[in-house]
Amino acid sequence: MADKVNLKEVLFNPFSKNNPVIVQVLGICSVLAVTAKLEPAIVMGLSVIAVLAFANVIISLLRSTIPTNIRIIVQLVVVAGLVVIVDQLLKAYAYDVSKQLSVFIGLIITNCILMGRLEAFAMGNKPWPSFLDGIGNGVGYAIILIITGFFRELLGSGTLLGYQVIPQWCYDHGYANNGLMILPPMALVVVACIIWVHRSRNKDLQES
Amino acid sequence: MENFNIFIRSIFVDNMVFAYFLGICSFLAVSKNVKTAFGLGVAVTFMLVITLPINYLLQTYVLSAGALTWLGPEYADVDLSFLSLIMFIAVIASMTQLVEMTVEKYSPSLYASLGIFLPLIAVNCAILGGSLFMQQRDFPSVWTAVCAGGGWGLGWLLAITAVAAIRERLAQYSDIPKPLRGIGITFILTALMGIAFMSFLGIKI
Repeated sequence: MADKVNLKEVLFNPFSKNNPVIVQVLGICSVLAVTAKLEPAIVMGLSVIAVLAFANVIISLLRSTIPTNIRIIVQLVVVAGLVVIVDQLLKAYAYDVSKQLSVFIGLIITNCILMGRLEAFAMGNKPWPSFLDGIGNGVGYAIILIITGFFRELLGSGTLLGYQVIPQWCYDHGYANNGLMILPPMALVVVACIIWVHRSRNKDLQES
Repeated sequence: MENFNIFIRSIFVDNMVFAYFLGICSFLAVSKNVKTAFGLGVAVTFMLVITLPINYLLQTYVLSAGALTWLGPEYADVDLSFLSLIMFIAVIASMTQLVEMTVEKYSPSLYASLGIFLPLIAVNCAILGGSLFMQQRDFPSVWTAVCAGGGWGLGWLLAITAVAAIRERLAQYSDIPKPLRGIGITFILTALMGIAFMSFLGIKI
């Protein structure tokens, strides 16, 4: 990495060119599980942005004092502490959503995006770039979540954020919701389609 | 009998990969050839069988509401369940380290074949997911936890080996559109396998 970190690239690269989900292939598990509806997808995205940004800052502040042998345990404990705070906040202020997300808030801890960014970026950079890196990657992750959630809820239930979007006359003329979209395997197919579109536009990412 | 049912259910019906999509990250990264995939699968099974009972005991005797009653009646209304995430991940991370050191000392050949995968396992969501499901489902005894852990592990092993085998063939014989090669086609492959595994849902045992 260059000595002078380009802050703008750090913040904006993960949005598309170096997206954590579809290019680095990190944090897939939760993308699949929480995107059947748009609302949990948004909440999950926001939680990951918050946890990732603050975990990056904390690890970056501690980076010179952490012994290399036990750094994974230290990182996990920092992340786990932050996740517990998010979990308790959600239980207090958004109980329904927290019920829907069930174990997946807890699984933010093992979300590979976190470990990946902490290892690759926060361990070697100052707090401010690390914070931007956390925000950037979190947003990149949230974008994919929201696109996937949008299509799955629209095609699977005909609603967005719980409001009816597909008008009633469509149903009267024989339109039917695609029940398959609600099922978890379709999330994989939607993400695969996003990858397809993304890679056909960015030719240098294609594998031979 | 009950435990055996849970074991079988955990392999097929509640398959970690195809029903819950847990542990997908390392699943996608390591499923390029069958041999390494099998190695990682064995390591994951091993860790699940060890960590699930330990976390079960922690949950029952330390963390859940009123679990500390054995210390004395004044502890009856202590509820430490908000600590469970930190405790579970600490157990998993330290067990990973411990297993790594033990295997390195007593069986260098196994260590050589598993070595690189062991540290990866600490952040495999299938392991933490197993513990969290255990907490959610209130297993009746520690043996149930062992059986479920074994079942989830074997299910994961089965999934990663099967997908790795298909990927090996795909790479040789098929003509996939360029942007879909590699990750894209693996996603679709896993989705199709997931739909196939849904046929186990109707089975009552």
